[in-house]
Amino acid sequence: MSEVLSIIKDRTLTYEQKIVSLARAAENTLSVLPISKEIQEYRREGIICDLNEGNAPYRPRYIVPDYERFMRQGSEFLRLKPARDIWEATNNLLILYSHVPSVTTMPVYVGNLDTLLEPFIKDEEEAYKAVRLFLMHLDRTVTDSFCHANIGPGATKAGRLILRAEKELQDAVPNLTIKYSKDTPEEFALEAVETALVSAKPSFANHEMFVNDFGINYSIASCYNGLPIGGGSYTLVRLVLARLAKQSNNAGHFLEEVLPEAVSKMREFMDQRIRFIVEESGFFESSFLADESLIYKDRFTAMFGMVGLAECVNHLLGAKEQKDRFGHNDAANALGQRIIERMHQLVSEHNNQYCKATDGRFLLHAQVGIDTDYGISPGCRIPIGEEPEIYEHLLQSAPFHKYFPSGIGDVFSFDETVKRNPAYLLDIIKGGFSEGLRYISFYASDSDLIRITGYLVKKSEMEALQQGKQALHDTVALGLGAVQNSGILERKVRHNG
Amino acid sequence: MAEALVNKILPFSSVDGPGNRTVIFFQGCNFNCLYCHNPETINRCTGCGLCLDVCPAGALRSRNGRIEWNSANCTGCDACLAACPGKSSPKAVSMSVNDIMKTVEKVKPFISGITVSGGECTMQKEFLAELFDAVHKLGLTSYVDTNGCIDFSKEPELTFAMDKAMLDIKSYDDGEHRMLTGMSNALVLKNAEFLANKQKLYEIRTVIVPGILDNYRNVAEVSKLIAKLDADIRYKLIRFRPVGVAGDIKKVGIPSDELMEELKKTAEKNGCRYVVVV
Repeated sequence: MSEVLSIIKDRTLTYEQKIVSLARAAENTLSVLPISKEIQEYRREGIICDLNEGNAPYRPRYIVPDYERFMRQGSEFLRLKPARDIWEATNNLLILYSHVPSVTTMPVYVGNLDTLLEPFIKDEEEAYKAVRLFLMHLDRTVTDSFCHANIGPGATKAGRLILRAEKELQDAVPNLTIKYSKDTPEEFALEAVETALVSAKPSFANHEMFVNDFGINYSIASCYNGLPIGGGSYTLVRLVLARLAKQSNNAGHFLEEVLPEAVSKMREFMDQRIRFIVEESGFFESSFLADESLIYKDRFTAMFGMVGLAECVNHLLGAKEQKDRFGHNDAANALGQRIIERMHQLVSEHNNQYCKATDGRFLLHAQVGIDTDYGISPGCRIPIGEEPEIYEHLLQSAPFHKYFPSGIGDVFSFDETVKRNPAYLLDIIKGGFSEGLRYISFYASDSDLIRITGYLVKKSEMEALQQGKQALHDTVALGLGAVQNSGILERKVRHNG
Repeated sequence: MAEALVNKILPFSSVDGPGNRTVIFFQGCNFNCLYCHNPETINRCTGCGLCLDVCPAGALRSRNGRIEWNSANCTGCDACLAACPGKSSPKAVSMSVNDIMKTVEKVKPFISGITVSGGECTMQKEFLAELFDAVHKLGLTSYVDTNGCIDFSKEPELTFAMDKAMLDIKSYDDGEHRMLTGMSNALVLKNAEFLANKQKLYEIRTVIVPGILDNYRNVAEVSKLIAKLDADIRYKLIRFRPVGVAGDIKKVGIPSDELMEELKKTAEKNGCRYVVVV
């Protein structure tokens, strides 16, 4: 019980954070999943990692409610009628958010906010006040920056008000993505770029690519996870390639023996977690979200995560010098692609009866790492400190994105002078998307609010936490860990040229 | 095929025209500005060899009286530039249109177009028209960054081939212009008018140097000229910065925010609609 007591006595945790931590500690006293010895060994070595999902999963990790439907029908359980004006609309949404579960206990998706609110934008200044208060309310009560809102791809009055408010508020929550398509008006996209250079959001999602993978009803949730609306993902488990690679010294052996074995065990582990949620936890039988058709069991899938490709490739090739390493060397990049292709093939071969949204398949996810990772780069990213020039970086990265419908992305820090020329950044985004990039995030080097890996944290709040002060958002602690272990603040600043 | 001497190519630039642009810096300039921030682009290499000994990477060697640069060995320390007594660079490379297009094609999806700069790019004007045609075939635009030293009205081929120009008006006063650059500004002002009338002028720039130039007069007169020609032409006011500059002028301070703001207001009051301070 010493863990429980230390949570209770921890002075850097808020009351809310203590409750979440205590619930997690309670869950982890159970061992209800039949986990084989082999899987247990992979977990012990940190090769397979369930990212704090807990030992007895009692809700899907990521839930993506159909908020459009909620706006049309209200909620019987919550005794809410469909909204008639902007105040009722924002109030209804805020009420629903506090009842949307997730691995963080808080909603990881809060809707395509612009299209949800657009019908209620009458008097623009009144609507701005409502939108601003709504976003501020989210930031102060959903105290975890994996909470994600979407806008676009079309330009709307509501979309512009959201961008204007985000530029002013510069808050960590919600995370924000603009779905960007060839039809997104240039001016709207430029407004989004200008906002991102002040508030580190929105990120840009390649709309055509996501539609191709999911159909039009997709969302971007949590970090940057593409998921079907009205469903979500039961689980996200990750395979730490950086550590798995240590079991081999050559690429052939790794691809033909080491990797297939680990993938097979991880699939089994994921199957167990999903089975428990669906068959034993009773989640779908006891949630009003399911009763009221805001989620459907058959719109869920599961995410097969991976992390540390760069370190895996460099180990297998024994690459020490920059010119031989992943991100810089053609052969190293090609091996990276072979590994991901192989993994994609192995994951696609598997069938899970409950992942109906994706025909029984798991989706690959380039996981962004956790605070305690040391010397492990997110997903397929080039390590911080080794980044090549930006055009080479984008061309290197783009070929990996097609394998990861449930999320992959690159983060860039730009010199603040870029604020004078947002079209410069939009050109880069368009170019990236035409080359197959799925998702891109950026912020200005002078920004207090920055993107750590897939979530937002203020530098000033990490400093305060380091001095022993409490932080409202639980993600501040994760950000601080990543700063200390992964050198986030040393990310290459892209100057002119 | 014609070749040009290129100092360097910058694949992505946010400050050389609209959007993201690949910038080609040509070697050679007929101005000799006191505040030049890349003086190594002014002259062509004479092959004197003074740079050979300072190269720590063995990237330079002399052959038949010419300096050869091995880019693979070069660490980019720029010791050779510091040692050059002739405001030149041993790293300038002779390139054909095809050579340049190889870089442009590689970054094509990410850029709005190219900008030719320098040095003074129009000193190799025949080459430019050919380059721009190749760039246009890719659906990209071609901008010219120029000191206005050639008479564009007598260069119909170049004027037609380029999309727009960005023109320096370094001083409105001919005497001051000669003091600063070694050349008259008569042709510069004539070009401003000619290019604006042809809708080929994207931007005019003036560098602000406290204590050396009559900045108030320059900005006042240039902004009046812009307002008369086309008030939507961008007017960019550039702070003098000592980075890369050679000689005594390095000691001049960077203009204050207050001064830049005051000059911006002057330009706006005179009718410029698009004033940028950098």
